[in-house]
Amino acid sequence: MHIMEGYLPAAHCAGWFAVSAPFVIAGAIRIRKIVAERPQARMTLAASGAFTFVLSALKMPSVTGSCSHPTGTGLGAVVFGPSVMAVLGVIVLLFQALLLAHGGLTTLGANTFSMAIVGPWVSYGLWRLGGKAGLPAAVSVFLAASLGDLATYMTTSVQLALAYPDPVSGYVGAALKFCGVFAITQIPLAIAEGLLTVVVIDALAGKTSGADKVGFLAGETR
Amino acid sequence: MAAHRSFWLLGAVVLIVVIPLMMGGEFSGTDDQASQVIEKSQPGYQPWFTPLWRPPSSEIESLLFALQAALGAGVIGYVIGRRHGQTKDQDADRSPSDTRRTVK
Repeated sequence: MHIMEGYLPAAHCAGWFAVSAPFVIAGAIRIRKIVAERPQARMTLAASGAFTFVLSALKMPSVTGSCSHPTGTGLGAVVFGPSVMAVLGVIVLLFQALLLAHGGLTTLGANTFSMAIVGPWVSYGLWRLGGKAGLPAAVSVFLAASLGDLATYMTTSVQLALAYPDPVSGYVGAALKFCGVFAITQIPLAIAEGLLTVVVIDALAGKTSGADKVGFLAGETR
Repeated sequence: MAAHRSFWLLGAVVLIVVIPLMMGGEFSGTDDQASQVIEKSQPGYQPWFTPLWRPPSSEIESLLFALQAALGAGVIGYVIGRRHGQTKDQDADRSPSDTRRTVK
């Protein structure tokens, strides 16, 4: 989902920065609040950031014969709400843009929007919906993390289509073309990410059981 | 029960990664493929900005990717270990008072 350095027109770069900035600022305020009010949640916060750090470094093979990587933003979004991940996601994207030449500084706003904003919001929405629908917590976590991952890659496809509409089939055709690159490759990886997120939440929560796990990790219940 | 579940969930993740490897393919990255799609639709496209620094070789690149994963995994491992230690301490604190209560 990383749009490479210099591959978005300058106006698009500026636009995505403008869209993403308020989310990142809101996330920073939220993190300060969480750390001040529930110090016991700091550990989970660190683990959520670390989880995206690990998963976005793992480029895994997929059935299409291509490689791609998960995003790992579902964990933090489920436990703390989506705004927190905007900040943690930017840190990961900056690390990769500066040290790995993966993604870029000009495309940071766009990549932040797809990975650190849309993905986490989709995850959080599905987690809440799953809870309302009475799904077991593990199933909700799985759906939230895997579909959040897919949503990130769909967003990247749309962002690229907006910058490079197809001369014949226009924006929709271009979006489908970029989805063709990302989406099918991503499906198995999204499933793997969903399963891993369930495993890590179980491991972090230790002996706490059932739906309380997420509340415990967020520092709301002890 | 959670440990039991983790066992087969992790098994499924391994399968998801291994099966494509056995099916074969070039395994190039989708991020680069998207860049190629752009170059194909706009022949002669030149990125207007280039990374400030690039890993000098693919070895250095994989070193940095491994470092990224190791740092993250280290933190997660630390948090899990600390949590387990804390629950053990709590159990240890609780048990003597519990026995006292039953004695009374």
